Amino acid sequence: MLSTLLINYEEAVAIILFGIGFTMLLFHRNLIKKLIGMNIMDTGVFLFLASMGYISGRKAPIITDGVQELSAYINPVPAGLVLTGIVVSVSVTAVTLSLTIRLYKRYHTLNLDDIYMLSRHETEDR
Amino acid sequence: MEFIRNFPLFSIVLSLFSGVLCTMLKGRHAKNYTAAFEGLLIAMTAAVLIYTNKEGASFTYVMGEFPAPWGNEIRAGVLEALIALIFLTVVFCSVLAGWRFLQIDVDESKLNLYFSIINLLTAALLAMTYTNDIFTGYVFIEILTLTSCGLIVVREIGRTTLAAIRYMILNLVGSGLFLLGVVLLYDITGHLLMVPMHEKILLIAESGVGMQPLTLAVGVITIGLGIKSGLFPFYLWMPDTYGWSTPSSGAILSAVVSKCYIFLLIKIYLRVIGTEVLGMVHVPRILFVLGIFGMVFGSLSAIRKKSINRMIAFSSAAQIGYIYMGIGLGGVFGYTAAIFQIIAHCVTKSLLFLASPRLAEVSGDSLLFKNLQGSAFRAKWAGGFFIFGSLSMIGIPIFAGFTSKLLFGLAGADCGQTSKFILTMLALAVSSVLNALYFIRTVIRIYSRGESGMKESVVIVPTAEGKIRTIRHGAEDDEKKYGAWSLSQQLTYVLPCLILLAVNLMLGLFAWVFVDLIERGLLMFF
Repeated sequence: MLSTLLINYEEAVAIILFGIGFTMLLFHRNLIKKLIGMNIMDTGVFLFLASMGYISGRKAPIITDGVQELSAYINPVPAGLVLTGIVVSVSVTAVTLSLTIRLYKRYHTLNLDDIYMLSRHETEDR
Repeated sequence: MEFIRNFPLFSIVLSLFSGVLCTMLKGRHAKNYTAAFEGLLIAMTAAVLIYTNKEGASFTYVMGEFPAPWGNEIRAGVLEALIALIFLTVVFCSVLAGWRFLQIDVDESKLNLYFSIINLLTAALLAMTYTNDIFTGYVFIEILTLTSCGLIVVREIGRTTLAAIRYMILNLVGSGLFLLGVVLLYDITGHLLMVPMHEKILLIAESGVGMQPLTLAVGVITIGLGIKSGLFPFYLWMPDTYGWSTPSSGAILSAVVSKCYIFLLIKIYLRVIGTEVLGMVHVPRILFVLGIFGMVFGSLSAIRKKSINRMIAFSSAAQIGYIYMGIGLGGVFGYTAAIFQIIAHCVTKSLLFLASPRLAEVSGDSLLFKNLQGSAFRAKWAGGFFIFGSLSMIGIPIFAGFTSKLLFGLAGADCGQTSKFILTMLALAVSSVLNALYFIRTVIRIYSRGESGMKESVVIVPTAEGKIRTIRHGAEDDEKKYGAWSLSQQLTYVLPCLILLAVNLMLGLFAWVFVDLIERGLLMFF
């Protein structure tokens, strides 16, 4: 069990990162920390994907020195997926940060529970 | 006729383009453009539906020069076209009927951005419905999340921003899990397109090697999309999200967006995982139980609510429970019932969410039941729409809700397990009684003559952040002001709602046509 974990240490680290990020995103009350958690979670997935897509000893799929065999290169798709994922994650972070700024300007706190209490007082349940 | 094969891709690309175009138009022009454009999309999708139905087969559209195991594909069959058609119709009607509320809730300079978001949302909906590539599905899930967040936050009050950020956080958890599932599936199969992926998964299930990651992948995808669509333990974000956003947003979010995630899930179950493998990892059984819990607890939460929008939002949770129960029952009957319920609920819930704000508007902009007394007399059309929507929700014959309940009963009888059949029937009975309890109570409330709501009237107050609707007490002389809509305002509200009602009646009266279409579409999945 432990030896399998050691051999696949990249994947193990990736899953641990995912877990850390996931719990932060769900259970932290501070909005900025939640966002950091989300980014850690995404990083975990990207690390997982990138490490699964890499075969040691092979090169990026750009033909060099006229070598044409498939076995010399790695599959470019996982890297492409990671790039797409990073773009998605950046845009999601940007939108959530802008919402956070809007909430902070209104309630002067980043604690989600406090914001919830304040907003309840502000408008009655109509 | 071959040209029709291009329509799915055209509609996605044109929607993306329209999203950009709307940022450059003025608010009113953006609305007119969007309405015309949605009309065009509806016509195109109807053409795809007729074409695929006539051909009797689905078609795949290869993008770029890379064929099947590598490239990216769009796939359109009867079912995809039907679902897309219903989604587009609901978006079209919700935007038009909510236009008047939108003018009040959204700052004039930002109105065009709202339509920009609507167009991007349409692109995401269509892409998720048509895609044959699971990673494209993920990308458009994120686009759908971002745009639906935009729909909530466009009404700039504190509650919507809070609702948006809570919605966003839960959705991010959901899409993170979905991404993990997609990555796991890619790692064990080596494909992203649904068909080659399915072939590899069958091999894995046969040999038994790699079943653990497969089980994990199915699990996280189910939980991820379950959170996003409001499966039983994850439905508590619904009332704030639907209840506080501007009426067209509430209608679109509850009726279309959550259903789109479920449709993608069904597509992944049937086209990627396959029903046999799904049964091996016990997913249907879990979904069946969670669905029934959702049906009961959603309704129980709805009964205790004091505000009409919160009640309708919790009733959404119950209705989504029905869909998951159908998936849990499995088989052609189960999936047919689930998809029919997707369509029926889509049409009904949008009608209810469009009727309730008008009732609230004539009651001093209050959604609380105590103020809604007699509001149906002040807003006659909205009252009528609410009654018909409620009847469909309860499951009265000739409405869509009745047919979907009938289909669930048939699916229960067909599934071959007595315990499941009894549970289904019990759940249907209990849920129908609960539904009737809170909807009839509301209908009686809005049709009893009373004074409470009449003493207050709506005024529009300019604040630093733009106009908001607010309540002024004791202004009887303003009585003529509310309820007094000009003819064109009446028409833009009533006509789209009438379309929704007509679709609802069609689903009830000509149910067999739709059931036949859905079954044919499901068979094309395999």
